[in-house]
Parts: sequence; structure tokens; C-alpha cells
Amino acid sequence: MTLLTIENLNVSYRGSGRSAHILDGVDIEIGHGQSVGLAGESGSGKSTVAFALLGLLADNAEVSAAYAAFDGRTQDFAARETASLRGADIAMIFQDPMTALNPMFTIGTQLVDIQRRRFQKASRKALWARAEAVLADVGVQDAAARMHRYPHEFSGGMRQRVVIAMALLVEPKLLIADEPTTALDATIEAQVVDVLHRLRQRTSASMLVVSHSMGLIAELCDSVVVMYAGTVVESGKVADVLHRPRHPYTRALLACEIDPFAAFDPSQDLATIPGNVPDPSRRPKGCIFAGRCPARHDRCSEKPPQRHAGDGRPYACWLEAA
Amino acid sequence: MTALTLKDAVIRYDRLTAVDGVSLELRRGETLGLVGESGCGKSSVARAIVGLQPLAGGTLTIEGETLQDVSNQRRQALQRKIQLLFQDPAASLSPRMTVRSLLAEPLKIRGTYTPESRARIVDLAESIGLGEQLLSRYPHQLSGGQARRVALVRALAAEPSIIVADEPTAGLDISVQGELLNLLRALRDRLGLSYLLISHNLNVVGRVTDRVAVMYLGQIVESGPTAALFRAPAHPYTQALLSANLTLDVSRRRERIVLSGELPSPSNPPSGCRFHRRCPLAQPKCAVDVPTLQASGERSVACHFPLATAPVVTPQAIAG
Repeated sequence: MTLLTIENLNVSYRGSGRSAHILDGVDIEIGHGQSVGLAGESGSGKSTVAFALLGLLADNAEVSAAYAAFDGRTQDFAARETASLRGADIAMIFQDPMTALNPMFTIGTQLVDIQRRRFQKASRKALWARAEAVLADVGVQDAAARMHRYPHEFSGGMRQRVVIAMALLVEPKLLIADEPTTALDATIEAQVVDVLHRLRQRTSASMLVVSHSMGLIAELCDSVVVMYAGTVVESGKVADVLHRPRHPYTRALLACEIDPFAAFDPSQDLATIPGNVPDPSRRPKGCIFAGRCPARHDRCSEKPPQRHAGDGRPYACWLEAA
Repeated sequence: MTALTLKDAVIRYDRLTAVDGVSLELRRGETLGLVGESGCGKSSVARAIVGLQPLAGGTLTIEGETLQDVSNQRRQALQRKIQLLFQDPAASLSPRMTVRSLLAEPLKIRGTYTPESRARIVDLAESIGLGEQLLSRYPHQLSGGQARRVALVRALAAEPSIIVADEPTAGLDISVQGELLNLLRALRDRLGLSYLLISHNLNVVGRVTDRVAVMYLGQIVESGPTAALFRAPAHPYTQALLSANLTLDVSRRRERIVLSGELPSPSNPPSGCRFHRRCPLAQPKCAVDVPTLQASGERSVACHFPLATAPVVTPQAIAG
């Protein structure tokens, strides 16, 4: 049973004279209680997928999808129907916890207000008590007193816990986390990952983790969707994709990951992917990765077919499944 | 041969002591890593080494000459041997200047702008992939990797022997960070440079540095050859920091040590060992006695109860 299905999601921006195609035929499926990672480098469009889901794209964005359904109901992306799910069925954990909180109000006030849309008839007292309990739950010590504090009185890691508490308070069916630990130090990141782990075990909410960090996705997700320049190049179970990547981009990307504990030859160069991501206003007609692909050949000037690996995983490449 | 020695450095901002007795030795031709979390004082150390921040205590020696002991003129000449590679290249490049004038600027400031020096810089730029067609661009037209290369050529314009790189790969995609690191290493070998690499990215530090020093709350808690230190950290903080590093290797995940609490404020550091309140192995002694950095061969650690780093475990280490 799937919670979210999106087929052929397209997003483009129309500017003065030219238009930029940001997402090109993205398919995503998230099962109930499942955690899916959306991986990619800058310019891959991973955040655009999240923002399209939340109905937060700019006015000049043209959004369309062949089919979209959330929790059994079809959604019209062009009409921004999913915006009504925001803050109730879909909640978001933003990257930068400082800008996600209002500096003018206490944490308590913000944690209460976020619940208003979901629990319209509840009293402030009841909402306050709920907020306090969830705040304690995500590891904020002395939650009762901390409710009366302002965001600047919290450290980065504590602020991120507040933001996570905010997302949990609306009891969403889908929790989107956009680079939830990027702004945090290593030991604090470990704490927040721990909180997200416990959360996964306790709530039935599905999760979409948007990140450039394969390590974080390996840590938190069941499956992963790898994006490059606005297209999905490969998707599947985390263990399969990370250990048996099919698409040349996934392979090249994983080769760039450094394992500092592994033995290595210091005179050996580090792996890189030469070249740049194509300009979204001048996308190539064929395979989007062809310009940087080490396995490029003549057919790559045509759009590659969706292939399926032996285990059924889809990937978009002319190369035969290995 | 030592390129640079920092001894017992103290850096204060008003009443806050950000760096409290840090000693570092950068050997000629090596890459030394300095790691730690935000607020540990690693960027303050970088700023002091390049002369942007005065030392409230301690000494800085560059190629055998201690700065406090030489004339102002000599000090400036010595300081010029060290160049800083800034953390945010976009912010360190004026948006109103073309790459061509950005590259000439350091020469002009030093009064060494001649047709020959200009040609040398353009050659250097070209040799690291900043071709002719890029020279008339403005910073906003550069990719992150290109902007970093412009900053690198600007740093190299003064013909330094030491480069201090503060988070050189922060914000770069993983597919291009390797390019910059490969380039830095090639330049080090070609120009005989020494690097102090400051980073919180343990993957990068583990892969490109020869030795590494770990800072916690204004002090160095451990240092040693990178491979040995990564394999068997002696300080519990280093161990926790390394274990917190997210890895694709699922089998290593169970060993993670999650520290409680946060980095305390350096304006009011904990008594005894500064790490004791977060240390999973802390003993009563740790709250009282300040551990000093003890050297053993190439490695040093400031801990009353260091972890075993060799197969042979000393009785003292277990007794803790």
C-alpha cells in the first residue's frame, strides 16, 4: 500500500524569453511507514521535488504530473492541491533551524500555533501540554522551562530538535526532512540522527529524507531515489543501490565517497566526475549524464529507456543490466 | 625541517579565551589537519597564524624565525610566506572585479605587479584549469570549484611556502571536491608547499593529511599521524568524533558513540578535563585534575585514561 505516488512530475520556470526545465519526468513512490531518501548533488532538483510536494514553488513555476495520489486521493499538481496537505498531512523539517523559527516568539508559542490547523477545537492549555511532552520526547531537557525561551537561547542542535518537534506535533502522514543535519556538527548530528531513528520506530509516519549525504540516507532510509540534473537516474533499496549501483552516475558518485578508515595509496588521485551539471535552460536531448559519463557511446544522444535490473530496480541508461 | 611552529598560543576575544595554550608544528612539505567542532577555536588558530588575530600569549615561529624577535619589516616578510585560503571563496572575491583583475590584485597591493609577474600568474591560472575564456568573467559566473581555484591562485601569487586552508571543500559537491584536493596535493608537491588544513570533514582530513591534531574547546586533546590516529584514537573525544562520522558501511554503524550534551561555552570551561561532562569514560579525577598533553613517540594525548592505541595494553590504561 503506498502513501504517495507521483508519476512523471515536471517542473519548469518561465523567465524572460527562455524557460528552464528543472524536473523532467520524476517518478516517486513512498509506502506507508517507509523511509525514502532523495539523493543528489546541487542542481539535481531534489529540493524542488520536496517543495513541489508542499506547494511551495514560486508563482512562475509550471508544475505538472501524469498522475499523483496521496493517501488514496488523487492530487492535481498544476492546481497546487498538495498545498492544502501542508502542515497537516505533510510536515517539513527544514535545513536551517534558525530561519525555520520566528525569533520574535517563544518556542512554546510556536509549538502551540503549529497545531492550530490540525486541532482546531483544542484549548491552548491542552496544546501547550502536548507540545511540552513532544519537546521532551525529542530530547530537550527541562522542556517545561524551555517552552518559555526564545530561539536564540537554543544551540543549533537544540533548535533542530525544536523543529523536529514542530513537525511531529501535527502528526503528519509524511515527514519531509530537507538536509536535516547539514548545519550541525558531527557529534550533534549523531544525536539528531539518533532522535530521527527513535522516531521512525515509534511513529507510523512515512519519511522523505532529502540529502546530498549518502551516509545519512544509508543511515535513515529503506530505499533511495538518485537524481541528477532533474531526472531520476536510479532507484531501489538502499543496500542494493549503494552496493550494486547500475547507473554510471550512481557509480561515479559513490566512487567519490571517501572512506577515511579504509587503506589507500596516498599517491593515488581522488575520484571525481569531470565536467558540470548541464544548464537547465539548455538540457541535452539525449541522456542527461552523457556529457560527463565515462561509458558514453553513440546511442546516448537519444533519451535512454527505463531499464530494470535483475532485482527489478529501475534505472535510466542504454547500458544493459550487468 | 619545520615550516611553522606555534607554541602555547593563547587567543582572547575580550574576556573569552577562545584558544588556550595550543602548540602546533607544521613540517615542511606535509599536510597537517586541524579538526574540531564549531567553536573549538580552530579558525582562530588559522587567523593567528596568518596574522589576522594577535596572540595574547605564546609564540609563532616561521621557518626558524620567531615573529616577536624580529623587526616589523622582517615580520611582514615572514608573514607573507603564509597565505590563507578563505572558507567562502565567493565572499572573498569582489563581485565587481573580473577574474583577470582579481588575479592581479594581490600583486598590485604588494607593489610587485610587472608584466612578468602577471604572465606568471596567468600561466599558473591556466595550469590549474582557469583558461583564457574565464579571465573576463565575474565571480557570480563561476562555479564553486572555479571560484575556489581563483582564490587559490590569488593566495599563490605571493609565492608563499605555507598555505592555511580553512574548510577548503565546504559547500562543494562531492563529485568536484576531489578535483580541488587533487589539485592542492599536486601544487604542494610541485611548489614545495606545506599545508595546514582546517576542516570538520573527517573523510577529507583522513584521506589527505599526513598528521592531524584534534581540538576541543580551545585546546588540543590529541595529535598524531593521521592513519594511526584514525585507526586507534587515544582520546575518548576523538573516538566519539570518528564514530559519529556517517558511513556507507552498515556494519560499522553499531559502534557509534553518541555523546550527551553540547560543546560547553569557552567563556566558562568545565573544571579539570574540559571534556569530562560529556565523556562516557569520565572518572572523579577528571573533574578535578587538568590533563596535559603527553607525548609518546609520534602521538600525543591529553587524557588521564587514554584508550589503548597499540595491541599491547599498558596496565595503567586498564586501571582507569
